Amino acid sequence: MTDFPYLSVIFLAPLLGAVFMIFLSEENKTAIRRIAAGATLISLALSILLLFKFDQVAGGFQFVEKIDWIPSLGVSWHLGVDGISLAMVLLTSFIIFTGVFISFSIEKRVKEFFILLLTLVTGVYGVFMSLDLFFFYFFYELAVIPMYLLIGIWGSTNREYATMKLTLYLTFGAVIALVSILAIYAVAQSELGHYTFDLLQLGRIHYSDAFQIIFFLPLLIGFGILVPMWPFHSWSPGGHAAAPSAVSMLHAGVLMKLGAYGIIRSMFLFPVGAKFWMPLVAVLCMANILYGGYVAMTRRDLKFMIGYSSSSHMGYVLLGMASLNIIALNGAVLLMFAHGIMTGLAFALVGFIYDQSHTRLMPEWGGQFGYDAANTADPSQKKYPEISGLAKKLPFIGFFFIATAMASAGLPGFANFVSEFMIVVGTFRVYPVQTVLAVFGVVITAIYYLRAIRAAFFGEIHPKWEKLQDAVTWTQRLPFLVLLSVLLIVGFYPSLLVDPIHTGSAALLAKIQGSAGLSEGATLVEWARSVIR
Amino acid sequence: MAPGLLWLILLSPLIASIIITVLTRKSGRLSALISVGAILLSFFLSLGPLAHILAEPQAPPTEYFWYWLNLPTLQVKMGILIDPLSVVMLLVVTGVGSLIHIYSMGYMKGDPGYSRYFASLSFFTFSMLGIVLSNNFVQTYIFWELVGLSSFLLIGFWFEKPSAADAAKKAFLTTRVGDFGFMIGIVFLYFVVGSFNFSELSASLKQGGFPETLLTVAALLIFTGAVGKSAQFPLHVWLPDAMEGPTPVSALIHAATMVAAGVYLVARSFFLFSAAPDALEAVAYIGGFTAIMAATIAIAQNDIKRIIAYSTLSQLGYMMMGLGVGGYTAGMFHLTMHAFFKALLFLAAGSVIHAVHTQDIWEMGGLSKYLKITSTTFLIGALANAGLFPLSGFWSKDEILVAAYESGHLLLFWVGIVTAFFTALYMFRLFFVVFTGAPRSAEGHGKHEAPHESPPVMTVPLVILAFFSAVAGFAGAPGLEHGFASYVHFGAAGHPAFHFSIAAGSTLVALAGIGVAWAFYSARLFSAERLASRFSFAYRLLQNKYYFDELYFWIIRNIQGGIALFCNWVEEWVVINFFVNGTAALTRWTGGILRLSQTGKLQTYLMMFIIGIIGVVLLLLATFIPSQVVAVR
Amino acid sequence: MIPLSYFVTLSFLLFTIGVIGVLIRRNILMILMAIELILNAVNINFVAFSRFSQSIDGQVFVFFVMTIAAAEVVVGLAIVIVAFRRRATVNVDEFNLMKW
Repeated sequence: MTDFPYLSVIFLAPLLGAVFMIFLSEENKTAIRRIAAGATLISLALSILLLFKFDQVAGGFQFVEKIDWIPSLGVSWHLGVDGISLAMVLLTSFIIFTGVFISFSIEKRVKEFFILLLTLVTGVYGVFMSLDLFFFYFFYELAVIPMYLLIGIWGSTNREYATMKLTLYLTFGAVIALVSILAIYAVAQSELGHYTFDLLQLGRIHYSDAFQIIFFLPLLIGFGILVPMWPFHSWSPGGHAAAPSAVSMLHAGVLMKLGAYGIIRSMFLFPVGAKFWMPLVAVLCMANILYGGYVAMTRRDLKFMIGYSSSSHMGYVLLGMASLNIIALNGAVLLMFAHGIMTGLAFALVGFIYDQSHTRLMPEWGGQFGYDAANTADPSQKKYPEISGLAKKLPFIGFFFIATAMASAGLPGFANFVSEFMIVVGTFRVYPVQTVLAVFGVVITAIYYLRAIRAAFFGEIHPKWEKLQDAVTWTQRLPFLVLLSVLLIVGFYPSLLVDPIHTGSAALLAKIQGSAGLSEGATLVEWARSVIR
Repeated sequence: MAPGLLWLILLSPLIASIIITVLTRKSGRLSALISVGAILLSFFLSLGPLAHILAEPQAPPTEYFWYWLNLPTLQVKMGILIDPLSVVMLLVVTGVGSLIHIYSMGYMKGDPGYSRYFASLSFFTFSMLGIVLSNNFVQTYIFWELVGLSSFLLIGFWFEKPSAADAAKKAFLTTRVGDFGFMIGIVFLYFVVGSFNFSELSASLKQGGFPETLLTVAALLIFTGAVGKSAQFPLHVWLPDAMEGPTPVSALIHAATMVAAGVYLVARSFFLFSAAPDALEAVAYIGGFTAIMAATIAIAQNDIKRIIAYSTLSQLGYMMMGLGVGGYTAGMFHLTMHAFFKALLFLAAGSVIHAVHTQDIWEMGGLSKYLKITSTTFLIGALANAGLFPLSGFWSKDEILVAAYESGHLLLFWVGIVTAFFTALYMFRLFFVVFTGAPRSAEGHGKHEAPHESPPVMTVPLVILAFFSAVAGFAGAPGLEHGFASYVHFGAAGHPAFHFSIAAGSTLVALAGIGVAWAFYSARLFSAERLASRFSFAYRLLQNKYYFDELYFWIIRNIQGGIALFCNWVEEWVVINFFVNGTAALTRWTGGILRLSQTGKLQTYLMMFIIGIIGVVLLLLATFIPSQVVAVR
Repeated sequence: MIPLSYFVTLSFLLFTIGVIGVLIRRNILMILMAIELILNAVNINFVAFSRFSQSIDGQVFVFFVMTIAAAEVVVGLAIVIVAFRRRATVNVDEFNLMKW
């Protein structure tokens, strides 16, 4: 227990900022932007402080705050973070802080934009911090609604379609998960004699194997939609592409991690269910990694490419979780963090270009997949040029894009490598075939990212892009610098995050391994047979 | 030597790179000085371990480390390993690297990306030193990838040139394919043996008890990484294209150091390869095949840098072959010698390009008149590469041939001999065409009136390298009390055997190659064109590099591209259009049916309403009331 | 004293007449009046039960119902007048703009 309510302050700072903005005039854009930056800076500073105050020896949930809200229904304001959610809170803080700076370029309905953005992030914080299933669900929904508006109003490509699909998918996923949440709630009442949504209490109940197996599936699918797990992924690339930069960053950087985080918590509740269903995930995630990667390879829209790449990378997270191995699980959580930062950076960069060029299309050259320069058309002859050769005019952005691409392709030195490496090491003994394919997925990632660098940044520049402006001011550069530094720091000194994460995942795995029930190697078919008997 | 200074060897280029990127970007001259200063510092610091090794050849390896990852189930210790092997490589990288850095100051003068160039070069040096000093596979892999990145950045240095941008991409991706196997190999080895650390692995493997099949698989996978980086067949296609980068880069990265990293890796993990003889055989044959294949291609090329690049390929194959037949020391020795003379050749070629502004050898000719120092040093390099007594290449090549002969790999031995002939042939074809005779190009020497010798900042490194190319070989000369082999050895210290017949034979073969080149290209006793048209099929095959590029392009376009397009088709039509939009359409259709019940007539609604009420009342009567009645009773 | 069942029966009859009136008449005015019948049927029930259970509550509700009925007539007639002005008819079948 700490005296200072760190979590509540982190959580409330953006919300208060949003409330405060309501009273400001629409015209006063500078003040609105400053408030947004200030509010998120408070959250960021406290989140970083949290990382250092976190007691790695004790582990478990720390900084707990608990106030009864509706005692008769067992709903309470219960916040707390363990190593896993700590990493996620930190991720959220970094993304929203930089996202606010990225959004300084927005000129349309500035006030409403920042109010919604801050509300959205409040919801996200809430999900990661809540130890109460009721608020977990509540904040999750709180995050979805602003997203709908943010994409629908400030979005670009095909935004109505994208935002509708995204919202429907996410709500649908939530409702499916709700089925299990209610079932848990009901069982808890009969087990404990009183209603409770408290995750810690719920985690101590022993659910019957059949119950776990049946009700883990809705959680898996519900949160899996959010991850997004193949084949429920199609909302995500379109959503990314349509959203304004900061929303894309939050969306790919954080929102998708809500799903993975939800699955981790579900594994904690239902260890047997996890043991039972995770082999299925280990197969589906291959579709994520390879299929997502190949689709990304065909895309000429940079944001779509990064969108599919995200879904491909979330496959590694799923694989790491599916292996139920401590190293891989640590890697998966670290990858959630690393990928969040990396993809945030990628979307910020693409957004920066798009703001000026109003196109994200890359040229198609050298045959379909650009292995050589055989068919390079002269770009200056095109009437509606695609982006190409930008590194000449945008050296800063180009440098960061290359760094991001390399991070994404699992280049050492970046946090992504550490996490992918841990996933591979951990998964190899459980799923060797998947591991080999997953490593091949890294090659695929390198292919499409390098292709993007080649197409968008290298080569000759079209005269139309000669007038593009590089990021020169500090407010423009700050978000990129912050995000890249985070990737590098964690990449060179991973223990910084891995050690706290380990305390969280060790507890989780101890529970899963300690759970009896489904014996080693039992499969769906065998289980079905035993039920019929 | 204090560990701090050892770390400084590794870190000083990195610091230089960061300083250049962050602070001195604007001032090219300052950036260059920082970069050169950093690598010179590394070089002088490396002399410390050298002195230590020379003083105590039998001292156990020194190791310093810190925990990079420290979890109960996974520990990775990053660190520095100092033993004779790493010291030799350290000196090669920093020594040759320093000369190339200095040379670059002149060669790159006036380029708008001058600072960027030196930042990348320093970053490369850092990464390369990371591989050299690494004490475990994970660290090796990390820096392995980082050299790949710096190579990407330097090949694509002139990124506005489409060919350079493509070459950079190709280099990175091709090596990435090799690294795919390398990564799996590391993980696999960890799975089998349970460590990443070289000394721990070595100790475990010495105790034995691991199935040889598994070790062979692990060794082959790790070798895949070496195949990619050292551009061995079948992943050799990137190296010639990599010549799109600035010439000093080709000298440093794509000749002297980075491409040799694969050889170094195999030598470093010799404990693994010795435990897996089958894998070693594969190394030997892949190396031998690469050696002869690249040597033949080099004969038919016309670009000065490409010819030297194919020569590099061929020599790398030689080293691999040397390692594969059990001659670890020979392989490493050749690596060292090769670093000198190949860097020399590239730098001299760079000096030529600097003077005439073309890379086509047929537009040159008679340059020895104008470029005295360049042509002399190039000649020394060419002789060393051809392996003529007493230059460095002679000693090291000879050791490999002896190793192949003594281990009973007669096929590989003959491959080596034939390759030696081709090596001499293409080197002297190049030399005669470029430096002797009359200018061949119609417009004389390109746009410039008369080619002039490069400035001293470029020629001094040439001279130094030429000196080493000439005499360094004596370090491995047989009969020497404290030669190369008494320090860099695997197992027991030894002296290289010397077979006079083999040495004489290889020298004769090399002389024959030079003679043929002289006959065709200098004396013009025979016509090369007629020969080419006579065997036009073979000539085209060689000129098109055995069509490997075309083959790979076909595979990439049709197989990989096909898979990608198929996935995209599934995504567009099955996932999105059928399932997602199909669900939407189904919902819309259901709604369309159901809305027919909305007639807009008040009384229809009321009718339904009342029917509903009656229904509910009846239901209540049927269930609720009887139970009440029962309860009352 | 008249037994409760008589009141309930009367109320039921009135209610049924009202419902049938609402359903089968086509004239809006007649429908409104039928609704009044329904409401009054309820009122009778309230008053009767209130009397028989010796509680004033039911009669209080009757006042509410009467107020509502008055208000409903006011609004309803106003709508009818507007509708008549626009369409020159009070036949409900003519008012089916709200269909799909």
